[in-house]
Formats: sequence, structure tokens, C-alpha cells
Amino acid sequence: MSNHLKNLKLKIWRQSGPTDSGHFENYVMDEISDEASFLEMLDVLNEGLIGENKLPVVFDHDCREGICGTCSLMINGQAHGPERSTATCQLHMRKFKSGDEIVIEPWRASAFPIIKDLMVDRSAFDRIIESGGFITAPTGGAPDANLIPIPKTVADAAMDASQCIGCGACVAACPNGAANLFTGAKIAHLNLLPQGQAERFKRTEAMVETMDEYFGSCTNHGECEAACPKEISIDVIALMNKDYRQSKLKNRKEISRT
Amino acid sequence: MAQTTMKRGPVSGTAIDRATRRRRPFLIDLYSTAVGKKYVMAITGIGLLGFVLFHMIGNLKMYFGAQDLNHYAHFLERLLYPILPEKYALWLMRGGLATMALLHIHAAYTLTVINRHARPVKYQSERDYQVASFASRTMRYTGIIVLLFVIWHLLDLTFGAGSVNSYVGTKDAEGLKDVYGAVAFSLNRVPVAIFYVLANIALGTHLFHGVWSLFQSLGWNNPRFNKWRRAVATSFATIIVVGNVSFPIAVLAGVVG
Repeated sequence: MSNHLKNLKLKIWRQSGPTDSGHFENYVMDEISDEASFLEMLDVLNEGLIGENKLPVVFDHDCREGICGTCSLMINGQAHGPERSTATCQLHMRKFKSGDEIVIEPWRASAFPIIKDLMVDRSAFDRIIESGGFITAPTGGAPDANLIPIPKTVADAAMDASQCIGCGACVAACPNGAANLFTGAKIAHLNLLPQGQAERFKRTEAMVETMDEYFGSCTNHGECEAACPKEISIDVIALMNKDYRQSKLKNRKEISRT
Repeated sequence: MAQTTMKRGPVSGTAIDRATRRRRPFLIDLYSTAVGKKYVMAITGIGLLGFVLFHMIGNLKMYFGAQDLNHYAHFLERLLYPILPEKYALWLMRGGLATMALLHIHAAYTLTVINRHARPVKYQSERDYQVASFASRTMRYTGIIVLLFVIWHLLDLTFGAGSVNSYVGTKDAEGLKDVYGAVAFSLNRVPVAIFYVLANIALGTHLFHGVWSLFQSLGWNNPRFNKWRRAVATSFATIIVVGNVSFPIAVLAGVVG
């Protein structure tokens, strides 16, 4: 038997469009199952709003199983809410108590302009990926296993970094609005593996400098790591910093050769 | 609270296409990015850490008496003499320190501006920080306190400007500058001693985060020593604060002076 939470006070950011100034609006959720996910709770709220002929709350969501990186939400001052290493879609109402006040805000960063209500435009991340988050060599079909030997520890580290789903919680949680954890994860994922070596330093320089055009700077608070639904370590930021230093030197040499 | 809509830059392309815009000297080019500024911040930070440590160790000589401290001060003025004329080496070091401090401050200022621009509209509800420490979130304030203190400290004990410290310049029995007397004269004034203690606590807080942070900024990250970074920062900050705070207490307690 599931329990029910009663009388939840929701304080939700409503903003009609990118240029609207926006405001908090209060809602009361009379009853909700503790088995509902946070987004299902918002669905229930929206059904009610639609029934009252009001505009539903707009929020990002897609897979609802914690792997697509679409959902966002600043819940009670924490990116993706109070549950560690969990995206909003996997946060369940059992984490809250009857009578709780829940404040919901969109991600806030100049690189993530608000589209409407709780939905933000995260395409600045795409700009970073476009500038180097890939390998250009045509890879053809799936190669034979162990054709390129990769030590287990290296494969694990790259795998950990590759878990980034690009949700933007790192930027949202960062007091400086920096995207170093995202960029670091994307760089580390490729730079650790043999397949990523050919373009390692071109990639690092391009991605770091593209990041620079949109985001703040890292002051090593560690808030990003705490907010990350995939628990990506700030070790990737140190790797990015190291590779950026090397790329500045190596790429200059490369250019003067041509 | 209108959020400014972001102006989209052109798709940046890969570094190969970006090669054309790289015609600046290496250091200026590096400094133009936030990551590069953090390198400058960390490297100048290390230089200043060295100064803070040796300054504290040098000051410990006051516990051996007036003669030791005054001799040490005299030694610093005659450093590398007679290769260089008297005080030249001292002023070279001072110039280096001032340059590092200015770069450190400039990097901090420009990064703060970048960060403000990165989130022009603050969160409207209260943030619930998980791991950001008091030290990490007050770096710019503790930094400003330390800067103001350094200015005062230079006027007080280095230059003895006007009425700030009328004792500076007095000679001891051997005809050397009586640094020991000047320190005792300054720290015997209770408000000065309190300012001194508070400024050093601010410095310690700054170092607590700064020393840890520089490892990340410089990309010094290794599973073998990562667990020591916190310990190094904490012990460095503690050693500096304990050493420096002991001086005004010793003066007021009558141990020195």
C-alpha cells in the first residue's frame, strides 16, 4: 500500500516567455501518492490547471528514467532536488513530507535563457560539443573486441566521464554559472581513450574556448559534483585544465609548422 | 526580472578553423580565457604563499629577542650584497611580490565580472549549498580584507608613514633599524592588534580554500595524492594563522617588547 502526502505547498516559477520578468505562484497539492515521481506530481498539478482552464506549468522532460538529461528543475535550492545522484525524473515524492513547501525554479544562467516557466534553452552545450566533442575518423562497423587494448582502469575512468547526460545541473548548481564539469566530462571521456588521442589537444582548446564564450569560471566549490545526477567527479576539471595548458603549447607548435 | 536572451555566436568550429585568430603572444592568449586566468591565479598564489610562509618564519625571530630580529632585517636589506648594492635584492623581491599580487587581484576581478555575467538573474529562492564551504564562498571578501591589511601593514611597519608608526626608523644599540621595537610599538596598540588578528583569520580562511583550489586549477590531480590536498591546505592555513596571530598576543602579553 502506498502512502499519500497531503497538503503540499508548491511555489513554482511562472514566466510567460523569454522577455517576461516572471514571478513565483503558489499552488496547493491536496493529495499525492508517495510513489509518484516528482514529474508525475507536476503532471497531476497540470491536469488540475487544465481542468480549471489555466495554462499548465511548462517543464522539460523526456525519458523519465534518468538517462536522457532533459529534465531539470531547481528544487528547494538544489539542482535536481534533495536526492543525491538522481535526476528530477527519478526523484520520488516519498522524499518529501505532508505539508512541505516545495520551491521550484528553472536553471538560471545567461547561457540557459528561460523559454517558458521552468523550461530553459541548453543549446550552449551543443555549441561546446560541436566544437570538438567527437572524433572525426570514420569508424566503420563495430571493430573486433580488444583490437585496441585499453587498460581496465582507463576504460573505467572514460566510462565514468561518459556518463554525463548534459542536463546542465552542474551549471545550475555552480555559484558562478560555470560549465567546467560538463566540458571536463566530455573532454575526459574522449581524451582518456586511444581513439581520442589524434585530436586530443585541438579538441581541448576548441571546447574550452567555446565554453568560455557562454559560461562563468570555475572556483572549485565542488557544487557541480554534488548536484550531478551521474556523480561525475571534479577530477575531470583538473584533467581539462591540464590538457588545456598542454594544448596551448602544442597547438602553437603545430600552427607554426604549417 | 527579464532574462536577457542570449545572442548566439557563430558555431565555433574546431580548433583548426580557429587557428586564424591566434596571433597574440602566448601568455596574453592564455590569459584571455577563464581557465588561463585561473592558471595565473594559482601560480601567483603559490608565489604569495611562499612569501606568507617565509614572512611568518622570519617573524618568529622576535621570540629570540631584539638582536636576532634586527639582524635578520639587516640581512634582508643586504641580501646578495656586494653582488648587488644594498637593498637592491630586497626591492627586486618586493617588485616581484607586488606584480604577483596585482596579477592575482586582476585575475580575481576579471573572473568575478565573468561570473556575474554568467548569471545576471540570481536564483529567486534560497540556494541550499551542499559542499561549497564558507571559505570558498567568501574568497573575494577575505581577499579584500587581506589587501586592506597589507596596505596598512606596509604603511605601519615597512614605511612608518607619518603618524601611523612614529617609531619606525629608530636605531637600536648596534645602530641597526630597531624592527623589534617597531613591532612592539605597533602591536601594543589594542585596535591595531585586533585588526592584525582579524586580518590573519581572513588570510587563513583564504588559504584554506586557495591552497586546495590551486591543485585543481593547475590540473594537479592524481589519485595517489588527491587525499592529501585537503590536509595540505588545512595545515598550511593553520600554521600561518597560529604563527602570525601569536605575535600580537605575545606583544600584548609582554613576552615581546
